[in-house]
Amino acid sequence: MSQTRTIMIECLRYDPEQDQAPHYRTYEVPFTDEMSVLEGLQYIKDHLDGSLTFRWSCRMAICGSCGCMVNHQPILSCQSFLRDYYPARIRVEPLEHFPIVKDLVIDQSDFLGKLESVTPYLVPAQPLTPEDGPNLQTPRQIEDYLGYAQCINCLLCYAACPQYGLNHEFTGPAALALLARYNADSRDAGQKTRMAVVNAEEGVWGCTLVGLCSEVCPKHVDPARAINRNKINSTQDYFLRFLMPFGRGS
Amino acid sequence: MQVIQSDVVIIGGGGAGLRAAIAVAQEAPGLSVALVSKVVPMRSHTVAAEGGSAGVIHPDDSLDKHFDDTVSGGDWLCEQDVVEYFVGQCTREMIQLEQWGCPWSRRDDGSINVRFFGGMKSPRTWFAADKTGFHILHTLFQTSLQFPAIRRHDEFFCTDLLVEDGRLQGVLALCIATGEPVLFQCKAAVLATGGASRVFGQNTNAGIVTGEGMGMAYAQGVPLRDMEFVQWHPTALPGSGILMTEGCRGEGGILLNKDGHRYLQDYGLGPLDPWPRPRAMELGPRDRLSQAFWHEDQAGRTLQTPHGTAVHLDLRHLGEKKIMERLPMICELARTFAAVDPVTAPIPVRPAVHYTMGGVLCDVHGATPLPGLYAAGECSSVGIHGANRLGSNSLAELLVFGRAAGLSAARHARETPDASAALQAQAESRAAVHLDMLRREGGTRVAQLRQRLHEIMEAGVGIVREGPRMAQACEQLAQLREQFRAGVALDDRGRAFNTEWLTAIELGHTLQVAEAMAHAALLRQESRGAHMRIDGFEARDDERFLCHSLIHSQGDAPPRVTHSPVTITRSQPKARVYGGAAQNQS
Repeated sequence: MSQTRTIMIECLRYDPEQDQAPHYRTYEVPFTDEMSVLEGLQYIKDHLDGSLTFRWSCRMAICGSCGCMVNHQPILSCQSFLRDYYPARIRVEPLEHFPIVKDLVIDQSDFLGKLESVTPYLVPAQPLTPEDGPNLQTPRQIEDYLGYAQCINCLLCYAACPQYGLNHEFTGPAALALLARYNADSRDAGQKTRMAVVNAEEGVWGCTLVGLCSEVCPKHVDPARAINRNKINSTQDYFLRFLMPFGRGS
Repeated sequence: MQVIQSDVVIIGGGGAGLRAAIAVAQEAPGLSVALVSKVVPMRSHTVAAEGGSAGVIHPDDSLDKHFDDTVSGGDWLCEQDVVEYFVGQCTREMIQLEQWGCPWSRRDDGSINVRFFGGMKSPRTWFAADKTGFHILHTLFQTSLQFPAIRRHDEFFCTDLLVEDGRLQGVLALCIATGEPVLFQCKAAVLATGGASRVFGQNTNAGIVTGEGMGMAYAQGVPLRDMEFVQWHPTALPGSGILMTEGCRGEGGILLNKDGHRYLQDYGLGPLDPWPRPRAMELGPRDRLSQAFWHEDQAGRTLQTPHGTAVHLDLRHLGEKKIMERLPMICELARTFAAVDPVTAPIPVRPAVHYTMGGVLCDVHGATPLPGLYAAGECSSVGIHGANRLGSNSLAELLVFGRAAGLSAARHARETPDASAALQAQAESRAAVHLDMLRREGGTRVAQLRQRLHEIMEAGVGIVREGPRMAQACEQLAQLREQFRAGVALDDRGRAFNTEWLTAIELGHTLQVAEAMAHAALLRQESRGAHMRIDGFEARDDERFLCHSLIHSQGDAPPRVTHSPVTITRSQPKARVYGGAAQNQS
C-alpha cells in the first residue's frame, strides 16, 4: 500500500430544502496514490458527512455520471487523481452552466432535450428488418463517424463552452457531435431532417470556435471538428436551396 | 401521492429495459410504456460491458455449437429448451442492432467480424472494439427516443412492487430529485434492474448493481433461482476491480504466474500447443480460470501488488497496432488505473465478482410466477447460464429476452382490467415506511453495514467454499439484517436527492439477496460451475444436485431453499472438459 497523505477537499454545498445560496465546506481526506477524486468524495460520504451528494456509477470513465469542476476545470472525478493536486487543496464544484439540484448534482434535463432534438438515431433510406441481414460497412466508412460515437454524455463540453454559458439556446457540442455522427454514417439517410437543427441560429452558427469542448473531452470526440463539419454542410445546404429552390432530392 | 398510469412499466433503463421498451412501442402499438430508472438510461451498467455479444454468423459456427458451448459451459444446469430458443434468436438481435446503428467491428469487405471468447468452439462474439456494451446501450437509448409511446422517468428509484388480487398492479418509486413517492400504476411490469455483484467488495461492476430488483420480487414471494452461482471474472485490476475484457484473451493475450509460466496448462486446460485454439488455455471458461488462480495463489505462485496478489495478463506479443485497434479502451484503462502500458508491459490482474448467474425465476417468455410481472437480463434467471455463464451470452440475453419479456408484458396488459382502487392505500403505507427512515434516531452507518456485508461474503461465499464457513456467513448475515432493521444512521434528513437514504433502502434489498446466495450455496453439497467446494464435495453430483435451487423469502427470518428439476432436451450431462481432453471428447 502506498503512503497515506492528507489532502483538503473543499466542496460546494447546496441543499435546496435548507440553503438560500451555495456555500463551501472543507474536508480533510486521507488518500493514497491511486485514489481518484471520486474516491475522495466517497470517503467523505462514507466516513465524514453522509449528506454530501454527487452522482457516480461505473468508476471507469464510461458511464458519464461523475463530471464536476475541480479547481474550475471540468473533469470526470473517477479518472482524476488526488495525487496530481496535492499538496494544494482542491475545490470541487458542480459542472458549470447547469442549474444545481443539490451539492455537486446538476440538472441535466436541458441537455437531454437537446440530445433528443437532433434526430439521434439512424434514419434508413428504406425500412429494413433483421431478415434483410446486416448492412455492409467497411472499416473506412466506420472511421467517418466512430470518433463522434464515443461521446459518453458527461457534459464536460457544455461546462467548458463559453457560448453555452452565454446562451442556453445553443444546441451545444455533444448534441451537435451526435448529429454529425448520424449524418456521417453510410447507413443513414436522415441528414435532411437534421439540417433544420444545424441551420438554426442556435445550431452550428451559435459556435464561435473557441474549441474548449474538444480540449476537455475525456473521450477525444472532438465536437469542435464535428461542428465545423456541420457548418460546411449547412453552407452547402444554404447554397443548394438557393440554386434549387424546390428542394434537393425530394 | 402522484399517480402515473401506463399499460406497461419497465423498471431499469439498461440493455434489457430499453430493448423491452422498444419491443412494446414497435410491436404492440397503442400501449403506453413508462420506463423508470434510477439513473439516466445511458448511465446503466450495460455501458461497461467490453468484449462482445454472441450470435452465430461465422461459416464455421452453428446453432448446435452455440447450444453445446452454452450448456456445457453452464455445467448442465441450463434450461435446455430456453437455450435452444436463445441461440436461435441471438443473431437476429445482433442484426437488429446493426440496423439501428450499432458500430459493430467489420472485416475489410464490410461484413461483420467476430472473435473468440472463452469456452467457444467457433468465433461467435460480435464486438464494437472493446466498448461493445457502451455502443449497444447508446444505440438502444438513442433508438428508443423515436417512440413517443415510451415515457421516460429518469432518476426515479423503485422501492416496491405492489400486488393486489394476486397480480402485479403497480410500482412504488421515489422521485430522486424531490424524494416524493410516486405510484406507477400498470397492468404489467418488466423487471430489468441488473445483477447484484455489489454484494461483494472486489468486483467489476458499477456502483448501481445492487440487486434491489431481485429483492423487490423476492419480497413479493417470487423465488430467486440458482443464486449460489456467482461469476468471478478472472481478469480484473487488483483494488479497483476494473475489468480487463475476455476479449484480451480472445485476441491472443496470455496469463502468466510470477515465474512467467502459463499456469493454466496445469489445470486441465492444456496442453500449450497448438496455440491459439478454442476452449483451451486462456480460452477456457471463466469459472475454471478463476479457480486456477485460486490454486496458484494458494501455492504462492502469484505476484504481490499493493492490492493483493495477481497474475500477469500479457498482450505485448499482439503488437501496438492490433492492441490499439481491438482493445483501445483496455489500453486507456490500464494506463489510467493501473499505470501500466499494455503495449510494453504485462497487466496485473486477479479475479473479481462479475455476474450473478441466478436471479428472479422466469420462463422463456420472461413470465415470473407472479401474474403481471416479467423479468429480463441479469436480474432474471431465465435459465441460459446454468452454473457458469459463457462470456458474450449476457449482452445477447439482454436483447433476446428483453424483447421477449416486453412482448409478453404487452400481451398481458391487453388482456388485463384496470388496476384495483386498493392499490393507492398500499402504496401510501409502503411509502410511509421509507419516509420513516428519515426521522429515526441512532443506528449504524450505511458504509459500515456495507463493509460488513462485503467481509462476510468474501470470507464465507467466495471462489472456493466450505460448509462451516458458509454456515457462519448465513448466521452473520442474519445478524447483519437485524442490525439493519434496528436502524440506519443517516446524516442527511432531507428528501431532495438524498442518495444516503436511497442507498439505505437499496441495502435492505441487497442484504436479502446476499442471504439468498449464502443459503443456496450452503445446501449445494457438490461442486458445479462457479460453485466450488473443497470440503469433501469437490465433484459434481448429478445424482443429488442436477437441480435448480429455489430460494423463498421468509420475511425477516432466513430463507427457505427448495430444489426443482432441470429441463434437459438433447444434451445429457457428461464430463465437462476443456483443452486437449475436449478435443478427444468431440
